Amino acid sequence: MAKKLYAVKGLGPSSYLKRSWMLYLMLALPIAFFVIFRYIPMTNIVIAFKDYNIFQGVWSKGSPWVGVKWFQRAFASRDFWNAIRNTLWLNFLDLIVGFPAPVILALLLNELVFKGYKKLTQTVIYLPHFLSWIIVSSIASRLLAPTSGVVNIFIVETFGIGPIDFLMDKGLWVMTYIFFGVWKEMGWGTIIYLAAITGINPELYEAAEVDGAGRWRKLWHITLPGIRPTIVVLLIMNIGRILGIELDRPYTMMNNIVIEVADVISTLVYRVGIRSFQFSLTSAIGLFQSVICVVFLFGANTLAKRLGERGIW
Amino acid sequence: MNNIRTKEARLGDFIIVAICFCVIMLCMLPMLNLLAQSLSSSQAVINGKVSFTPVFHNMQENTYKPGITLESYRYVFLDPAFSRSMWWTGILTVICTFVSLTMTVLCAYPLTYDWLKGKGIINTIIIFTMYFGAGTIPNYILMKTLGLLNNPLVLIIPNCLSVFNMIILRSFLFGIPDSLRESAEIDGANPLTVLLKIYLPLSLPVLATLALFYAVGRWNGFGDALLYINAAPQWVPIQLKLWQLIQNQTAIDVSTVEMVAGTVPRASDAIKAAAIMFATVPILIVYPWLQRYFIAGVTIGAVKG
Repeated sequence: MAKKLYAVKGLGPSSYLKRSWMLYLMLALPIAFFVIFRYIPMTNIVIAFKDYNIFQGVWSKGSPWVGVKWFQRAFASRDFWNAIRNTLWLNFLDLIVGFPAPVILALLLNELVFKGYKKLTQTVIYLPHFLSWIIVSSIASRLLAPTSGVVNIFIVETFGIGPIDFLMDKGLWVMTYIFFGVWKEMGWGTIIYLAAITGINPELYEAAEVDGAGRWRKLWHITLPGIRPTIVVLLIMNIGRILGIELDRPYTMMNNIVIEVADVISTLVYRVGIRSFQFSLTSAIGLFQSVICVVFLFGANTLAKRLGERGIW
Repeated sequence: MNNIRTKEARLGDFIIVAICFCVIMLCMLPMLNLLAQSLSSSQAVINGKVSFTPVFHNMQENTYKPGITLESYRYVFLDPAFSRSMWWTGILTVICTFVSLTMTVLCAYPLTYDWLKGKGIINTIIIFTMYFGAGTIPNYILMKTLGLLNNPLVLIIPNCLSVFNMIILRSFLFGIPDSLRESAEIDGANPLTVLLKIYLPLSLPVLATLALFYAVGRWNGFGDALLYINAAPQWVPIQLKLWQLIQNQTAIDVSTVEMVAGTVPRASDAIKAAAIMFATVPILIVYPWLQRYFIAGVTIGAVKG
């Protein structure tokens, strides 16, 4: 009985330390990691309000405070608003096209009655997720190449028009960008919805069948409501990321001819910051982006809760 | 599913099978195209003769016939810088996966003890980093300050712990019944023993998933190398190497007689395709083995942390 108490709350400080020190020791390394590589860089954000001197360091006198000069500089620049617009537009199109795709695909897979075929489909559609953006974008540029690409060979032979240079035309470039994003992540996205569908009580389907419900009615009245919480959570997270964008996808897909529609915040920061050493200016842009992201995330979450959904926290 | 299906239901099944077939083709054909190009003659690729099956160019007769040639792969293989980058990335991936798994376990396991004081604060500190990051430039300045630029450690340490993966593991560990832990504690086991003897053996499937996520992430990653590895070509991972090759920043470097003769461009499309395939093979090898695990992993991650 005394030993049983050992695992229960309400022991003295020395005894608590005795059984917990090992756990704190384990946490030491991860906490050090978060402090050094996640929180200390946040202190470097101050250079957005300073005239950062690369050779003198963030906190030295060589980097004087300049207030919101860099924000004003950014807001006055055409490139900045261009990047904001492109980021929002590309993410918005991704949301419109890329968000429903896995939902629809998961519903389709769920309706597949042949188990082996379902397995085969899943194996194939998950694969593109494991290819890097470098590989996907070079696949794209090969497929769409004006003379040697399969798509253009097909277009020229079938319709007698073209060749069309997809990646050099602004409108078509955006379509290509969206298409290959969907191509890469559509299959992977189904996993989470398929799992949610598995969690639906099968008795609901049986009862619906007894009542004579067909495929569509079951889909509309049972499956979709069943996965609605999952859809909402993922939608919130996607809306929260509407101004966030990774470097690899736009960076590998873009070229100088379509830069006007392809330049997003991450590529702008990389080009102006790392390549041209405008550290303070790009820190200001990055901070602006991070803050807007958090605001969007909170906004979407609050909205979802108002609408009676569970939200993400 | 019910055995007797109505006519409409069978028509519906047929339509769904047909749509899924189209989706399979949509996923497969671009990859098949790349594979076919890598196995074709450079001339055939340049002249647009290759669609989804390899084409061989007979130089004497100047004819194109279906057929496989490994010449592109040979050039890639013979380039010492390329294969060295493959080896380096392989070693790097193994190290990263090991370090990341260790860190993830060290972070997730203590947080499953509900009586641990300070758990809430630690949790908040960790989760906050998921939603707010310092940004590219402040991170870059940190790496510069720590002297990690052009240092191979920069490819290992700064991203060795993913909060998302930590939550997946922690959700899984929460599912292990407390009674197992308590009975071990009664027998005098300390937290480390409980972890090694009970928790880790039970969580092998999810650890395999996370290993896959970390390994694929490292193998496919190039953003960190793009930012931090500029003056140390020996530490450039394979994806960045591929990128430089595709962008014609470097050519496949083969000082063989054929190359001097100049019949084959030093980085033709076929050679690039072969290089891409070559760098993708490791993923294609591990993928089927780990498929059943990653589905489980993603599903656990769906549970709120």
